[in-house]
Amino acid sequence: MEYILIFIAAVFVNNVVLAQFLGICPFLGVSKKVETAAGMGAAVTFVLTIATIVTFLVQKYVLDAFGLGFMQTISFILIIAALVQMVEIILKKVSPALYQALGVFLPLITTNCCILGVAILVIQKEYNLLESVVYAISTAIGFALALIIFAGVREQLAMTNVPNGMKGTPIALITAGLLAMAFMGFSGIV
Amino acid sequence: MSNLKILINGVIKENPTFVLLLGMCPTLGTTSSALNGMSMGLATMFVLICSNIVISALKNLIPDMVRIPAYIVVIATFVTVVQMCMEAFVPALYASLGLFIPLIVVNCIVLGRAEAFAAKNGIIPSAFDGIGIGLGFTLALTLLGAVRELLGTGKLFNLTLMPEQYGSLIFVLAPGAFIVLGYLVAIVNKLRKA
Repeated sequence: MEYILIFIAAVFVNNVVLAQFLGICPFLGVSKKVETAAGMGAAVTFVLTIATIVTFLVQKYVLDAFGLGFMQTISFILIIAALVQMVEIILKKVSPALYQALGVFLPLITTNCCILGVAILVIQKEYNLLESVVYAISTAIGFALALIIFAGVREQLAMTNVPNGMKGTPIALITAGLLAMAFMGFSGIV
Repeated sequence: MSNLKILINGVIKENPTFVLLLGMCPTLGTTSSALNGMSMGLATMFVLICSNIVISALKNLIPDMVRIPAYIVVIATFVTVVQMCMEAFVPALYASLGLFIPLIVVNCIVLGRAEAFAAKNGIIPSAFDGIGIGLGFTLALTLLGAVRELLGTGKLFNLTLMPEQYGSLIFVLAPGAFIVLGYLVAIVNKLRKA
């Protein structure tokens, strides 16, 4: 039951993009087509889950054990950068098909703040390992959900007649605002 | 390019928020009031200036192959400095900015300037570039925060300008951030073309 609550809270109520403002860059950058949005969503789910497990273990058994808490930011970002590189190399060897699908998105993920954000958040919330994994997966699903819905809206938007000054980013931001308003309807269910 | 030109370039021509649209997460996440926006801008500016200076000083020592990880380590070091100073001296502000302080590390503006400017220029111009871009970012965040605070609560820097019941809370909440930024970018676009 507890895990279901974490899931619903992370996907709908505290959606990572629309309520917590993490990962806005890919949200605005790769949301022009539904297929690329789905690819990015899958890549983030993959990396976020692995990164959260690794950073959690490092925090517990290295940083906490040796009193190196102040190294958290530096070590986490290096772990994430190394991990993304490693995932890329392994995927290329093990599953070329998956690499083809996710390949372009992987290097972009290092600077996606939702990876580092979630890694720090699970430490702040004092989750245990299993809760952290559930939280990471649900956050990633929330990210993918927001990204795919937004891409769907933008595909329709491309065919409409937008006032000159509003073309491009401004109208995308306002659409995102309306989407965020829709997601506010979920607040209070958990 | 003279140092003054570099400075103005960062504030106006290459304004990181309104023109380059970089670093959107802290821009949207920390601007629920003008004061929060300004503090976030200043924290980022400090990191930007220090990392620009150090990276341009070290640019001949860092091998090309590992430059990105090296830049990240430099940036992360200064972010940790800011984080610990804020936690010690302004705990209330630190609590309200929360997660976004450590997330300065992944702010694309900082890494972007390191790669695009500091790695190619001397120490003094790099410092000015850091000040210029940092000022541009701070101004943008303060403006966004001021508009949201005024429309949302009727206050500006905690000074009441109109009765609170005239404010619409939605501007302080998440959707307001997107909508206000959307309109501000549209206005800036219009001004730039005129």
